Amino acid sequence: MAKTMYEKIWDSHFVHQEPGQAPLLYVDRHLMHEVTSPQAFEGLKIAQRKIRNTQSILATLDHCVPTIQSHRINLPDPIGAKQVQTMMDNCAEHGLTLYDMESKNNGIIHVVAPEHGFVHPGMTTVCGDSHTATHGAFGALAFGIGTSEVEHVMATQCLPQSKSKTMLVKIDGLLSQFSTAKDLALAIIGKIGTAGGNGFVIEYAGEAIEALSMQGRMTLCNMAIESGARAGLVAPDQKTYNFLEGKEFAPKGEYWDQAVAYWKSLPTDTDAEFDLVVQLRAEDIAPQVTWGTSPEQVVAVNETVPAPSDFDKEGKRIACESALVYMGLTAGTKITDIEVDYVFLGSCTNSRIEDFRAAAEVAKGTKVPGHVTAIAVPGSYMVKKQAEQEGLDKIFKKAGWQWREPGCSMCLAMNGDQLEPRQRCASTSNRNFEGRQGKGGRTHLVSPAMAAATAGAGRFVDIRELEAN
Amino acid sequence: MEKYTKHTSVAALMNRSNVDTDQIIAKQFLKKVERTGFGQHLFHDWRFLEDGSLNPDFELNNPNFAGAKVLVTGDNFGCGSSREHAPWAIDDYGFNTIISTSFADIFYNNCFKNGILPVVVEADTLKALMNEISNNEGVEFTVDLAKQKVSTPGGIEVEFELDGFRKHNLLNGLDDIGLTLKQTEQIDRYEEKHKQQFPWLWAS
Repeated sequence: MAKTMYEKIWDSHFVHQEPGQAPLLYVDRHLMHEVTSPQAFEGLKIAQRKIRNTQSILATLDHCVPTIQSHRINLPDPIGAKQVQTMMDNCAEHGLTLYDMESKNNGIIHVVAPEHGFVHPGMTTVCGDSHTATHGAFGALAFGIGTSEVEHVMATQCLPQSKSKTMLVKIDGLLSQFSTAKDLALAIIGKIGTAGGNGFVIEYAGEAIEALSMQGRMTLCNMAIESGARAGLVAPDQKTYNFLEGKEFAPKGEYWDQAVAYWKSLPTDTDAEFDLVVQLRAEDIAPQVTWGTSPEQVVAVNETVPAPSDFDKEGKRIACESALVYMGLTAGTKITDIEVDYVFLGSCTNSRIEDFRAAAEVAKGTKVPGHVTAIAVPGSYMVKKQAEQEGLDKIFKKAGWQWREPGCSMCLAMNGDQLEPRQRCASTSNRNFEGRQGKGGRTHLVSPAMAAATAGAGRFVDIRELEAN
Repeated sequence: MEKYTKHTSVAALMNRSNVDTDQIIAKQFLKKVERTGFGQHLFHDWRFLEDGSLNPDFELNNPNFAGAKVLVTGDNFGCGSSREHAPWAIDDYGFNTIISTSFADIFYNNCFKNGILPVVVEADTLKALMNEISNNEGVEFTVDLAKQKVSTPGGIEVEFELDGFRKHNLLNGLDDIGLTLKQTEQIDRYEEKHKQQFPWLWAS
């Protein structure tokens, strides 16, 4: 029978189903960070259970870590410091690989795991973090789990799982040079909504997806969760193999050929059927800017802030009304007339080397206005080092940006980097929820190039016009 | 985990859609390494004013909803982050049942690990339940998990769908991990096969 890629991965990881219970799914890789794991380790200890496979785990410190060097040695926040210390103690006690703040490999879990080739096509991968969907870029079934499930996977290497429905998001044609994977991700969420993917695993396919780099595919899959999907997937191809080859945890020698042969069997069969198919044309996707407090509240940069009356459904009208109040915006305002106080370039969505190259290209020769703060936060030390070797840090600094140490930073503002109430931010992160970047903070999600253009002008800019000038 | 038993309790109304986990439990409270004590921070940014006093306009601060165990709320509740701190806070605050038209996937899973029953109903039913609360604040709903039924004094009777395995665990307060560990033999057997099929995953 013809199968989708999701069904192939599911079938190869199905362990057993007891009558009356959920199917057990085997987990190949388990990623960890300091925020969602301490209670899981505590649970193991109380129940006197052991970790089944310590080799399946890769851990980092990312959410709480300061991005200012002097603060990394002595964390200013004692509760955050305790969480960091707890993670270090837990990893030492169980013999787990941890990229702590002193490690040259430290960074955001969803940036560092791919850098070391930890996740391969066809794997199942979990993490106590919703953006685990990122690793679907490699054709791995990767999804976020809660802390109880983190404990469950540590103890059993399995999870009781019910099978998801399958959705194909097909993007025909090619993106324009000004639109990126981020714009694509936002446009898809704008179309299907933040609950549109509930109950589904999404496979992204089509010419535009094939043309994306691995980094672009990671950005796209990263935001699958913002459409409510359990996971996002892209079929592995030569780009995937090239990205993985030679990396620390990638298969070596004769295993490499064996693995590649297997990976080639993973893509969805031609006549496999999906439960739902959604199609978009890449050419129609302009650079996107969110205007509200949900990623689905998004428009093209050359459009205006919508009015509640623009929405048919009552729920969307109410959401629009309250978003306009929270965001301090008036319906009908041109997006390019909205001024910002802050620009954040970073997060597991957009903090890889390509993101910094794209932003630096636009930042070159600009000057951040005095009343605007712009921070560039690499996703890892490896990204930071690479960017510095290419001189990108100098471009940002010259343009008036702050060049920081790696971490999740202002994506969720746990580490001290945050907005003040009513400050407005152009952000390359993934969520514009109320208070996400600081209580009362107003977030607009954009691509790295759009963020850089916005930083230079102090307001949103249509980068397509920038180029024309 | 406590067993979920049939109960009749005050139902609180929070008519908002897409309530995300950042609102349920804000980032500044995620740094604790314990599972307990999150209830005082539930819906912090909505619940409290800047001076720390209770926000009188926030739905759950309505005195008629004091002691509520049932929360009736809008579409796509619990979207966003995977943080289990969200159901920990909801449980600690005192809710054990949430009724909506839909829940975000990870949040929905997390509820069952913490003795919370998420009930999915049709949009029309949700509206009727919301109207009954609006017209009679403090009204008590009866939730019968065994019969998969919610009933109200106004005469609404809703039967809801639920996975049988999850229902069983909730009713009996069972620990999922213990159940999976009973299948260790099957896991061992699968793992042996897995090592043959994917030897590169095991080469270190």
